[in-house]
Amino acid sequence: MSEQENATIRIHIMGKTYRVPAGLTIMDAMEYSGYRFIRGAGCRSGFCGACSTIYRREEDYRLQFALACQEMAEDGMYLVQLPFTPAPRSQYDLEKIDPTENVLLQYYPEIARCVSCNTCTKACPQDIEVMDYVQAALRGDIARTAALSFDCIQCGLCTMRCPADIKHYHMAQMARRIYGRYLSPVPEHLEEQLREIEEGVCDSELDKLVAMNEEELVLAYAARIREEE
Amino acid sequence: MDKVSKQELIRGYPQYMRKSIERVEATRAKRLESGPPSPMTAEERENILNKYHPDYKPEKKRKLALGISAGEIVPNEMADMLEAHPLFDPADVDLSHIDYDVSLLVIGGGGAGTAAAIFAHQEGIAADDILVVTKLRHGDSNSIMAQGGIQAADRPEDSPAIHYLDVIGGGHYANKPELVRALVLDAPKIIRWHEDIGVMYDKQDRKYLEAHGGGTSRMRMHSAKDYTGKAIFSAVRDEFRNLGIPVLEFFPVIELLLDEKGNAAGAIIYNIETDEYKIIRAKATVLATGGFGRVHIQDFPTTNHYGATADGLVIAYRAGANIIDMDSVQYHPTGVAYPTAILGQLATEKLRSQGAVPVTKDGEAFVFPLEPRDVEAAAIIRECWEMNNGVETPSGVRGVWLDTPMIEEIQGKGTIKQRLSAMWTMWHRHGIDITEDPVLVYPTLHYQNGGVEIDEHGATSVPGLFAAGECDGGVHGKNRLMGNSQLDIYVFGRRVGMSAARWAKKSRPKKLSLQHVVDYEKLLKKAGIETDRVSPILLPDYRDEAVISSSLGRFI
Ligand SMILES: Cc1cc2nc3c(=O)[nH]c(=O)nc-3n(C[C@H](O)[C@H](O)[C@H](O)COP(=O)(O)OP(=O)(O)OC[C@H]3O[C@@H](n4cnc5c(N)ncnc54)[C@H](O)[C@@H]3O)c2cc1C
Ligand code: SF4
Ligand code: SF4
Ligand code: FES
Repeated sequence: MSEQENATIRIHIMGKTYRVPAGLTIMDAMEYSGYRFIRGAGCRSGFCGACSTIYRREEDYRLQFALACQEMAEDGMYLVQLPFTPAPRSQYDLEKIDPTENVLLQYYPEIARCVSCNTCTKACPQDIEVMDYVQAALRGDIARTAALSFDCIQCGLCTMRCPADIKHYHMAQMARRIYGRYLSPVPEHLEEQLREIEEGVCDSELDKLVAMNEEELVLAYAARIREEE
Repeated sequence: MDKVSKQELIRGYPQYMRKSIERVEATRAKRLESGPPSPMTAEERENILNKYHPDYKPEKKRKLALGISAGEIVPNEMADMLEAHPLFDPADVDLSHIDYDVSLLVIGGGGAGTAAAIFAHQEGIAADDILVVTKLRHGDSNSIMAQGGIQAADRPEDSPAIHYLDVIGGGHYANKPELVRALVLDAPKIIRWHEDIGVMYDKQDRKYLEAHGGGTSRMRMHSAKDYTGKAIFSAVRDEFRNLGIPVLEFFPVIELLLDEKGNAAGAIIYNIETDEYKIIRAKATVLATGGFGRVHIQDFPTTNHYGATADGLVIAYRAGANIIDMDSVQYHPTGVAYPTAILGQLATEKLRSQGAVPVTKDGEAFVFPLEPRDVEAAAIIRECWEMNNGVETPSGVRGVWLDTPMIEEIQGKGTIKQRLSAMWTMWHRHGIDITEDPVLVYPTLHYQNGGVEIDEHGATSVPGLFAAGECDGGVHGKNRLMGNSQLDIYVFGRRVGMSAARWAKKSRPKKLSLQHVVDYEKLLKKAGIETDRVSPILLPDYRDEAVISSSLGRFI
């Protein structure tokens, strides 16, 4: 075990070679080497898309795509930092749009130019079927676009690579919002609770609790019965 | 190198951990049948907290030596930041040249700040009369990282009053009652607002899928798979962008500005890439800078985003805003203990609410899986270090197993990929399949329970300065429950947006001043504090020590 712990690897960061301990993410390996991030680091947990990165391996010409905070550094990696580059986004008013088949095409007409090269899917660090959601959007299938793109962290790698100028992640965000707003009804039990709050039904019980001293609260807390799953 | 490590690891784990996993597998059927251990009594909870929770170690904290909350007990790391010099000499700053003159300044581009801007706009402040400034990109924040869910009492079996009791009991009765009242009563409204802006919550049969969280007595955890924070925040940010409210990124605030009456009047922002500062004058200021995970209290790893360094608290304190409940820190019971590359990252509580139970190296369950967080964390620490029932990793960290395959047994095959895809992906990237194997966990620094004291409108003790979200104090008392922070940021984000807008309509700051910073320096001197520490710290420094010690500090 200790062998693995003490092992080091060689990485190339923007042309300079460094030796770092094995077992670090690309982000940690760059920091270990002395880089201090301002751009290119956000959540550091794979949720924000700030750290999209491209790399190449020795003796392999192909570019690889990853999240620097999630991907492990490997011996012989050529690393560069890729600052997030925002893509143009269409303004819209969710209350005023016509939430039917053509709406995505109307706001993002370039999706019609998709040449089905699948470059976007290959670039996606979240393993999303990006091309499929673009195709679904083109067919006017908002529900499928929303479902397929659900895990998108808006890192922008797909958009950076697309030969057809498609703004995948903005378009998909719009699809998810349309789905949430128009295609997934608000549960009646929420509306019911809101009516009760509106009518002041909840106030007296809350007022009582607010007025309680700690001793009374401790008793009330202990008397709670936990709902069975 | 790659080949070596792949040989040594069997489906993500070294051989010796595999042996322990076999013992976990051996007890699984029995554990599924008998159900988890029962919750502790109040007395047992008290005991275990006292003995094992990191918060109950008096030597790790101290009384603040100066300022408006002098005498309050805070973690040493926090005291170090409050007992420190500003980043610049106030005399070097030209306050007569105003770069941005707006009605409302919002500091921090997470959920609380973004919601505040939206609701201030709804309250009548023009979009271009609002300015949001943030340290990293808009959304690089803790808000986008939430996995498990958001609480709201909206089922017939539940009520805001029951929610109230859960919150205040979980918070050890230290919470400010009027804040808890606002939190639970506004909760359904916030869910409704999220529906209006198109957040895709998990639903089934026209109802929300609602689960328990640690310390809840009703199932009221709403979720959007295990991307709850991202699903909510990205819709909120998209709405914000539709409104056209301006935002400055990579421009942290380094000090607040007051006017001649001592009211909040704007801030100094700092371009971390070009090293220049700019002056903002604002009629009202909202502080929404989040928490302090990246300060690594007691050297714990953290779940928090890169910019969680309590800057807002530091600058508000210098400006005279008092703080509360900063003596208590939230350690999430289940941070990743292995693989080391993702040490401290979050293993969401939702894993436990869907059925996973923490077990020892021999596969024995030892704690009810959904105790309030502090209790659950203390139980895991005891198991690892007192009972010696943990598994030690190659880097010397100890952890207990969280038996994730139970989820598939209880909720049905496919549940994990469907409802916990972020979790599945995180471990899958390291060769671990959580539908088949358990994961190793240990408490990790997660949340700032206290903060700048607010009232139910989000007002702080400095007139014109409002605060919301993780930087605020009083809502959660000494311990926040899962799902109540996502709620807090939108409940109080909305409230401060509206109250700051109303304040801005009648406030007329003219002359800007840094006198409070000058005075703070005098207090430092008077308290006899001689130090070269400066704050806010803005970003942590993770360079290797060898690099730092030979750095000339010219460009960094
Ligand atoms: C991994 C993780 C999982 C979580 N899961 C849940 C959950 O399931 N349920 C739940 O209720 N809660 C959860 N939480 C807690 C919750 O998400 C956060 O407490 C909450 O989102 C904080 O929101 P905020 O807007 O107050 O702060 P943040 O979202 O952190 O935003 C603060 C913003 O201010 C910026 N900032 C900081 N300093 C400055 C400065 N000097 N100048 C300008 N800007 C600055 C930051 O960069 C950031 O953008 C989780 C937290 C984490 C880290
Ligand atoms: S779909 Fe595009 S923006 Fe979204 S995560 Fe994948 S590559 Fe990134
Ligand atoms: S990269 Fe662009 S053109 Fe190619 S499949 Fe994806 S969306 Fe279509
Ligand atoms: S830093 Fe957020 S995804 Fe890597």
